Amino acid sequence: MKSSVIIFPGSNCDRDMDVALKKFGFKNTMVWHNDDKLPKSDLIVLPGGFSYGDYLRCGSIAGKSKIINSVIDFAKTGGLVLGICNGFQILTETGLLPGVLLQNKNIEFICKNVFVKINDKNNKYFNKINKEILELHIAHNEGNYFCSDDELKEIENNNQIAAYYCDEKGNCDNDSNPNGALKNIAGILNKEKNILGMMPHPERMIDKYLSGEDGSIFFKNLLKNLKI
Amino acid sequence: MTVNEKVAIDHGLKKDEYKKICDLLKRTPNITELAIFSAMWNEHCSYKSSRKHLKNLHTKGKKVIQGPGENAGVIDIGDDDAIVFKIESHNHPSFIEPYQGAATGVGGIMRDVFTMGARPIANLNSIHFGSPQHKKTKNLLRGVVKGIGGYGNCIGVPTIAGQTNFDDSYNGNILVNAMTLGLVNKKKIFYSKAAGINKPVIYVGSKTGRDGIHGASMASAVFDDKIEEKKPTVQVGDPFTEKLLLEACLELMADDSIISIQDMGAAGLTSSSVEMASKGKLGIELNLNKVPCREEKMSPYEIMLSESQERMLIVLESGKEEKAKKIFDKWDLDFAIIGKTTNSKKIELYFDEEKVCDIPIDFLAENAPVYDRKWKKIKLPQSIKFKKQEFKSLKIENCLKKLLSHQNICDKQWIWDQYDHTVMGDTIQKPGGDSGVVRIHGTSKAVAASVDSSALYCFAHPLSGGKQIVCESWRNLISVGAEPIAITNCLNFGNPEKEKNMGEFVECVQGISEACKYLDFPVVSGNVSFYNETKDKGIKPTPSIGGVGIIKDYKNMISMDLKNSGNIVLVIGKTIGHLEQSIFAREILSEKKGPPPEVNLFNEKNNGLTVLKMMNEKLVESCHDISLGGILVAISKMCIKSKKGFKLNQLKGLVNKFEYFFGEDQARYLIEIRKENLSKADKILKGNSVHYDELGSVIDKNIEFSDEIKLSIDDLEKSYKNWLRKYMVN
Repeated sequence: MKSSVIIFPGSNCDRDMDVALKKFGFKNTMVWHNDDKLPKSDLIVLPGGFSYGDYLRCGSIAGKSKIINSVIDFAKTGGLVLGICNGFQILTETGLLPGVLLQNKNIEFICKNVFVKINDKNNKYFNKINKEILELHIAHNEGNYFCSDDELKEIENNNQIAAYYCDEKGNCDNDSNPNGALKNIAGILNKEKNILGMMPHPERMIDKYLSGEDGSIFFKNLLKNLKI
Repeated sequence: MTVNEKVAIDHGLKKDEYKKICDLLKRTPNITELAIFSAMWNEHCSYKSSRKHLKNLHTKGKKVIQGPGENAGVIDIGDDDAIVFKIESHNHPSFIEPYQGAATGVGGIMRDVFTMGARPIANLNSIHFGSPQHKKTKNLLRGVVKGIGGYGNCIGVPTIAGQTNFDDSYNGNILVNAMTLGLVNKKKIFYSKAAGINKPVIYVGSKTGRDGIHGASMASAVFDDKIEEKKPTVQVGDPFTEKLLLEACLELMADDSIISIQDMGAAGLTSSSVEMASKGKLGIELNLNKVPCREEKMSPYEIMLSESQERMLIVLESGKEEKAKKIFDKWDLDFAIIGKTTNSKKIELYFDEEKVCDIPIDFLAENAPVYDRKWKKIKLPQSIKFKKQEFKSLKIENCLKKLLSHQNICDKQWIWDQYDHTVMGDTIQKPGGDSGVVRIHGTSKAVAASVDSSALYCFAHPLSGGKQIVCESWRNLISVGAEPIAITNCLNFGNPEKEKNMGEFVECVQGISEACKYLDFPVVSGNVSFYNETKDKGIKPTPSIGGVGIIKDYKNMISMDLKNSGNIVLVIGKTIGHLEQSIFAREILSEKKGPPPEVNLFNEKNNGLTVLKMMNEKLVESCHDISLGGILVAISKMCIKSKKGFKLNQLKGLVNKFEYFFGEDQARYLIEIRKENLSKADKILKGNSVHYDELGSVIDKNIEFSDEIKLSIDDLEKSYKNWLRKYMVN
């Protein structure tokens, strides 16, 4: 399977994502933000970081960059687009995903392990995943998901909520919500379920010597689903 | 503006220094020239008070590729890999403007490291604040932590370890010391020494603005009531530009276009151009109209003194200009050819077709003043005999809880949760352990780093204190299974013009040097920060030591969390029960006098190397060095980390249990071993003449004393973890 990771000026999880994708068997290509064409890919990843310094608003300038038009075209024809952290913020800025990511409720940057409960498996990302609760890692200042009541109703009705923050046992409450996200939302999908944005970083959890290795489960499962 | 003695004094120069300038030049300098002298001759850039003593530091070793004198030190870690590292202070700016001061401190030290061709792989910091009750402390702490995070997180370099202390001597002068480690191929290290004449001098990075003018002279003066007025001298950081600059420089460094490179740190364009020319024994000619400026009508004086961040000066190989420009264009950074190297051995500056500066480089560098300042020797304080009744009313459990929640011992997770410590995907030991550890990407190796200081010991007796911090750094590296290689030091002191402060400096440096030599643990880089003084009140002497060690196979890294119930914990090293200058004496007995614990370098080396040997033979399950708070604090931390309990053996002999449990004797570790390995461990320890005690054994829950006192780990954890969060939220 072929993947492409877009590098924006200020991206800083591009290498980590490249390492993770290759580790689990993707043939990955790095794509520069000023290119206008994407290589042939089965998966496009918008990595974490501070694209364009996060100036104006997180992800907003990247949402208007040259390469992003090709990403939008690719997504609209059903191509798989994954946005992690800043990538998630970019996806909401382009309008490919509904809602916005506000500053964390405690107005502090948060870097720590969190648990997330998979909500919807009817998509290529989580189909047949063999673990309901994953331990992943967050590192962000603006991960507090918010959307209007109407949008919330819509994404709930369409099963677009990909994952909720929870505790080890799967309880979603205030204590297990690290950043104040609406309904503990950690990640969402588009209606067609080919675009996923999430704040947690699976690429930082890919071997037992790191903070954990549940990220491996995510990547292995994704690759398996793509091969079907 | 006409230059005279008064103008010179306003620029921080002394009367006789101004006279020396006029004598050297055989004329009166113009205002731009005076500014350049004041920038190069201030304490921060010239090391005029410290140079004489820094020469005595131990700086050589088999693994040292580059010692002090470059942008950073370099050590060999095997294969073609080398680690570039340095620690630097940003104290004065951080007190005036904590966010920007701390942020640009982190930015500056990262530039020092990638200037040498290394990709930064880890950041650390040592930060010191006034008393928690002081009205400024909370905001300063919040601002500094946000600044450090704001910069490092954006660049995408993990912050893997640090140290935070509180003491009222920092009420008017906080300390912010930032350290960076970078990885470089040892055949591709870049230096600041220029070579060859008529080579193009290139300016890259951000534009020059009016921020930070006089920053270096501000850092070389004491504070008074008017410090708020100094806010405009604090630089403003832009980590996004630094990230671009980092990537662009590393891209250009991939081939051989660069002859020399220097970041524009303190004293900006002045010190970078003078240093490159001075090291290469060349001259340099710049056309200041070519310098990219952010603001209109900037004068040569302002351009030369600006400390705008994220700028680099490069001497390029002739003919490589176009290629280099392409790379900087790609990263949307300014690129300007502003001059050339010459054989004049002078710095010559032109502005609006007029020569505005003509100074021989030697006058600025080699002829800069060096002072042999008077200093006072500090005697070892007399011992204090604690009386038995002083301990009578004390309950061990209350003492332990009080110490665990003490601001200088308690858990600092509130701080490091705000630092990205996992980006780059190689952090295998996070903040909160004895050292932070990152893997060397794509290899089986890892580097460990820690940063330490012990101002109370240094204040009581600088010579012992200087030795002690080096030893503590060495122990922190060994505790994670790393072989200690070298250190960087950040020497934070008061006013060197006062004999007592100068004495503290001289003797701390002597202590550091003795310990480094004995342990074969050389100093490869560092900086000195004097004048940490407000309204006549100076800080306690606070040298910060950043230690770096190597783990050959990262799978063998050791952590401090207890592994299995039934295992035994040994105290390595002899416990005498030295309470003077301990946190127990201070907080529980309210006794601030007495000598700090004795440092025996033989025991330190022997015990450390023996622990490493046991680790190499896979006998050690977990390890923690015994420092502030003594044995009981150390074992409690190990229990809290692992959520395991511990049963303490009955104390042998007639030792006072408070002295045994809370004494801060040096050269000690706690190690966890399996029962079946005890005889092997005993053989190695006895074979190396290392004293050890069996402290007790790991159990499932609670800390149990032989007299049936039981403490729940949850309770201890609350004491340990809640103080800082509560303090910051309220």
